[in-house]
Amino acid sequence: MTLINIKINGQELQVEEGITILQAAKKIDIEIPTLCYMNLKDLGITHNPGGCRICVVEVAGRRNLAPSCVTKVMEGMDIKTHTMRVLNARKTVMELILSDHPFECLTCAKNGNCDLQTLAQTLGVREIHYQGEQSSYKSDSSPAIIRDMDKCIMCRRCETMCNEVQTCGVLSGINRGFTAVVAPAFEQDLIQSPCTFCGQCVAVCPTGALTEQDHTNKVIRALADPNKTVIVQTAPAVRVALGEEFGLKPGTIVTGKMVAALRRLGFDRVFDTDFAADLTIMEEGTELLSRLTKFLAGDKDVKLPLLTSCCPAWVKFFEHNFPELKDIPSTAKSPQQMFGAIAKTYMADKLGVKREDLIVVSVMPCLAKKYESQREEFAVDGNPDVDYSISTRELAHLIKQSIGDFKHLPDEDFDKLMGQSTGAGVIFGNTGGVIEAACRTAYEIYTKKKLEKVEFEQLRGFEGVRSAVVDFDGLKLNIGIAHGLGNARKLLEAIQKGESEFHAIEIMACPGGCIGGGGQPLHHGDINILKARAAAIYREDEGKAIRKSHENPEIVKLYEEFLGQPMSEKAHHLLHTEYFDKKKKIYIEK
Amino acid sequence: MRRKIKLLTKPGGKTMNKINNLADLRKMKDDLQNKINLRVKSDSPDAIVQIKVGMATSGIASGAKEIMNYFIEEIEKRNVEALVIQVGDMGYCYAEPTVEITRPGEDPVVFGYVTIDRADEIIEKYIKNGELVEGIIPANYHSID
Amino acid sequence: MNKYKMHLLVCGGTGCKASQSNQIVEQLNAELESHGLEDEAKVVVTGCFGFCEQGPIVKVIPDNTFYTQVKPEDAKEIIEEHIIKGRKVHRLLYVDPTNKESVSDSKHMGFYQKQIRIALRNCGFLDPEDIDESIARDAYQALGKALMEMTPQEVIDVIKKSGLRGRGGGGFPTGLKWEIAAKQASDQKYVVCNADEGDPGAFMDRSVLEGDPHTVLEAMAICGYTMGADKGLIYIRAEYPLAIHRLKVAIKQAMEYGLLGKDILGTGFNFDIELRYGAGAFVCGEETALLHSMEGHRGEPTVKPPFPAESGYLGKPSNVNNVETFASVPVILLKGADWFASIGSEKSKGTKVFALAGKINNVGLIEVPMGITLREVIYEIGGGIKDGKKFKAVQTGGPSGGCLTEKHLDTPIDFDNLIAAGSMMGSGGMIVMDEDDCMVSIAKFFLEFTVEESCGKCSPCRIGNKRLHEILTKITEGKGTMEDLELLKNLSGVIKDTSLCGLGQTSPNPVLSTLANFWDEYVEHVIDKKCRAGKCTALKKYIIDAEACVGCTACARVCPVNAISGERKMPHEINQDICIKCGACYDKCKFSAIFIK
Repeated sequence: MTLINIKINGQELQVEEGITILQAAKKIDIEIPTLCYMNLKDLGITHNPGGCRICVVEVAGRRNLAPSCVTKVMEGMDIKTHTMRVLNARKTVMELILSDHPFECLTCAKNGNCDLQTLAQTLGVREIHYQGEQSSYKSDSSPAIIRDMDKCIMCRRCETMCNEVQTCGVLSGINRGFTAVVAPAFEQDLIQSPCTFCGQCVAVCPTGALTEQDHTNKVIRALADPNKTVIVQTAPAVRVALGEEFGLKPGTIVTGKMVAALRRLGFDRVFDTDFAADLTIMEEGTELLSRLTKFLAGDKDVKLPLLTSCCPAWVKFFEHNFPELKDIPSTAKSPQQMFGAIAKTYMADKLGVKREDLIVVSVMPCLAKKYESQREEFAVDGNPDVDYSISTRELAHLIKQSIGDFKHLPDEDFDKLMGQSTGAGVIFGNTGGVIEAACRTAYEIYTKKKLEKVEFEQLRGFEGVRSAVVDFDGLKLNIGIAHGLGNARKLLEAIQKGESEFHAIEIMACPGGCIGGGGQPLHHGDINILKARAAAIYREDEGKAIRKSHENPEIVKLYEEFLGQPMSEKAHHLLHTEYFDKKKKIYIEK
Repeated sequence: MRRKIKLLTKPGGKTMNKINNLADLRKMKDDLQNKINLRVKSDSPDAIVQIKVGMATSGIASGAKEIMNYFIEEIEKRNVEALVIQVGDMGYCYAEPTVEITRPGEDPVVFGYVTIDRADEIIEKYIKNGELVEGIIPANYHSID
Repeated sequence: MNKYKMHLLVCGGTGCKASQSNQIVEQLNAELESHGLEDEAKVVVTGCFGFCEQGPIVKVIPDNTFYTQVKPEDAKEIIEEHIIKGRKVHRLLYVDPTNKESVSDSKHMGFYQKQIRIALRNCGFLDPEDIDESIARDAYQALGKALMEMTPQEVIDVIKKSGLRGRGGGGFPTGLKWEIAAKQASDQKYVVCNADEGDPGAFMDRSVLEGDPHTVLEAMAICGYTMGADKGLIYIRAEYPLAIHRLKVAIKQAMEYGLLGKDILGTGFNFDIELRYGAGAFVCGEETALLHSMEGHRGEPTVKPPFPAESGYLGKPSNVNNVETFASVPVILLKGADWFASIGSEKSKGTKVFALAGKINNVGLIEVPMGITLREVIYEIGGGIKDGKKFKAVQTGGPSGGCLTEKHLDTPIDFDNLIAAGSMMGSGGMIVMDEDDCMVSIAKFFLEFTVEESCGKCSPCRIGNKRLHEILTKITEGKGTMEDLELLKNLSGVIKDTSLCGLGQTSPNPVLSTLANFWDEYVEHVIDKKCRAGKCTALKKYIIDAEACVGCTACARVCPVNAISGERKMPHEINQDICIKCGACYDKCKFSAIFIK
């Protein structure tokens, strides 16, 4: 590494060649304000289009100001980060951005959690000297995501997530000049686009331009209805992130408090999606073993690798982009939908309520789950298996407006019958977790031996595409893992070309898996938050008495009392699904 | 709007041949000179000899056209840098055919009753060497456009 | 081969074609044939003569007779009078606007006398669709010379020594640019020709491509040789169908002769050229935006570095030059660096093509040596201000140039002087304004363009220019304040200082230069609510002169908003609060009793 000499605000320092002025300044604790800039280094995502022009600094000898997030340091560079000229420019640019932004902070979904708001405060903007016409666009409300482009500041972070990270290619800059905005092609609505609703755009949006479709009011209404029995399920990743919304450190496990809060909100039963995750393993694991056995017996038609199907964004992704591979993924429904299907049959009977009087709410780290719950095939006579899906952030809002205090709630346990789960169900929240959970169960069923060490360390990590070999007592299984749809695309293209050696592949749409989902508390690009959540998931797993799905007594009971065997006809009917070719469904409306 | 591009052919219908080296290109350039030579010369008319031939009706009747053709052919044969320009009535009908010669940097001189022989003399003596020959019409006029 | 005694050059540029030059060619040929003269004279369709104001142009060679505004039906007279009888058709000759005398030939036209044509040397001279004419005029000789007799570095050295600077606006030394691209190690490099001419009213690149496409192709190949590229791309706007057609023809002909393609002139050097079409976004003239557009992405600029020379088209080293820059290259190699450097000023060598427009007599395309003064261009070449009006300002450098005034008239025009004066060279737009132009409105007009053409990527350009335009609008509507003038200044400065690309970095120039040079006019709009040029409708006041008014009621009857009242045969009055300044009363009054204040 070559070191070069530069000067920042008169202070001489040596920094490595190739870093930006922004990074160099950080080394001497100067925080240059930024807006469009985003750096998720460990995920390999840097977004520095140099578009907002907030981070400008003065460089001696340069005609104009330099954007520090994208200008690299050079030998002898003399940088000044807060001259009158710089401060005036930043403030003026900020005023310009605000002059084209609706003045509705107080009622905005992002109020108090908005990068633009924070930056305006930081830059000391007290008056907007440049007022004028504000750009206005048609609003777009999809089952999962609301686009209010009047609030778009053209930072283009969403574009980077959508195109470079997720390779969905839905969002891009359209129009010119003052009316330039980010939108799907031809300014179509998201629902008409190949959007997967992964929500990564929402997760990085600095303003209220992209937000989730808020279902909290529907939930409140259901809870208030005396004729309805309302039950709730909570996904594994929620319990390791919810605390952040209440000022707790990232990675704090709040399972017990979350259950207590849900009960106080008025849910009749508080259940766990982790239970359904264990159920997923029973079905998906069995499916994997069945395909493997056929394959090993020489069946050339068997479809391998098996692809996991828990992630609804991923499912929609391949339906749009790789429909020809649609018979490769496991037919097992996602845990959310398995829960809904069992809840509205088995549990409805147990509770003695009619299907239509039972409301199933899910709390998910995800926005695509909102879309998934509304898919036609997941309803019986128009009554959906899961009525409302709310995100971790929405749950936090519900708690704040109804209970207020969270930190001092007691720890409570989930309700019985669909509340017990194993460590295998918990780790669904991390990338690599589903396949690890599947291995724990499949190993024991295949080898008929007890698995002594349940952790498959080789399946863990943050690498975008990972591969590992799992030894099933002599049978070497090649496992592939991808998180982020761009990474998934690479594995799928290999399958298409017939170059894939994998027996099974786990795919999660969001970087980091569900802990980094589009419905989670905003991490504002801080990778350490994701790492803390991931670690907490594994801690929760370690703390569980039972860590293999097939040993979950409630699961065992469910099969005994209701389903029979995994992959039985009833299980097939309730817990499996089919996929559709959505490639042709993209149309352009005049 | 799409236009069809015609396949380029040499006169005679043969497709163009590839130029194989710089020498060929230079030779080709020389061979093609006469396509644009007239334009090149007239682009800097004051730098070369201008031969204006009166070609009004009376001039044509008295054989101006032949004289003009003679000049065009002969200056090329004799390698003389000159420009032959056809002009209208010069106002000297009595002396047709008339020819006005302008040597670079000099005043124009008008010759009357120009015959082929006289033209030959004009080229050899006046145009090439500036020697005056017979038949000059007194300069009480100004050049005709 | 035929020895034609006369050539009839007919302009086949876009402008003249639009005025039926095609039919003129047909008619001329038909007339020649009917008089049996097809072996005596030939009709040649050429590129643009530059004198577009007076098109269609027909020029008769060898006498250089310059016929203007020719119609197809004039063909008969031209052939019968001029070609047969040697008598010029006087009514078609160009009339000098200053002395009203008709001019016999192009050599005596002020418009051409001061010009030195390098980039345009073959425009209006050659048939651009006949490669043989180009070859006769030295096309591909420079390429041959470079390939056979020079090393790439020697070629670069000649270009460097010539002092050639980029003609697209930036003025970056071309030789240096080539050298940087040549030094990059890569398996694939590209030569890109920027033909995305976007300044309103500018057509220098189009004229070069329409009139002399081979020069550009040749220069691109030479550039490819110096930097080690075997692929050339021309990014041209789809609105230039004729230029595209001529380029296609030229590429095809050059390929057939082996002057492009594989193993050029037996030297083993390969060079192919392809066309890429742009949709006509102004910002795509910026080289990074152009490259993104060629890659199929949104045409918007990215921060430099990396420069295209390091990472350009498809991430490969690419050299982007403008059409006019390329057009100067072959002739430099043939005539030498010293010849080129002897033309022009100290730091700006050679010539520059300008599109002369506005309130000037000779509107058209001119090529002049760098260092010529604005006065020479406007008064000698341009023939002075139209209708004898008074010169007020000249705007150079396209929509983001600055407005220069009387005091700049004797400034020698070159890259550096124009920037020092608060304007720029740009790609060569030159718009002349007279006393009837309101400078606030002019600034507003140019901002309207940049607001429209900003790509919207960076905040200062996207929103800032819009706000500038709004403030200017406010001022022209008589609602401006002195604070607005301060805001204009600050905002203009910040936009220049913080914008991502050249578009935003220059777009406030019209505002800043008019504020600097016409401050009084701004103050008049703000304080006195007056527009001295009478252009700002909102500031106009229609008043009835009570003494001249006879009370005919015609004005009151024509007023669409009933703002005029008065008894019959008594002087009328206009209610200023209601008046919408449409001017209907003014036009109607037979007694000149209504005046504008």
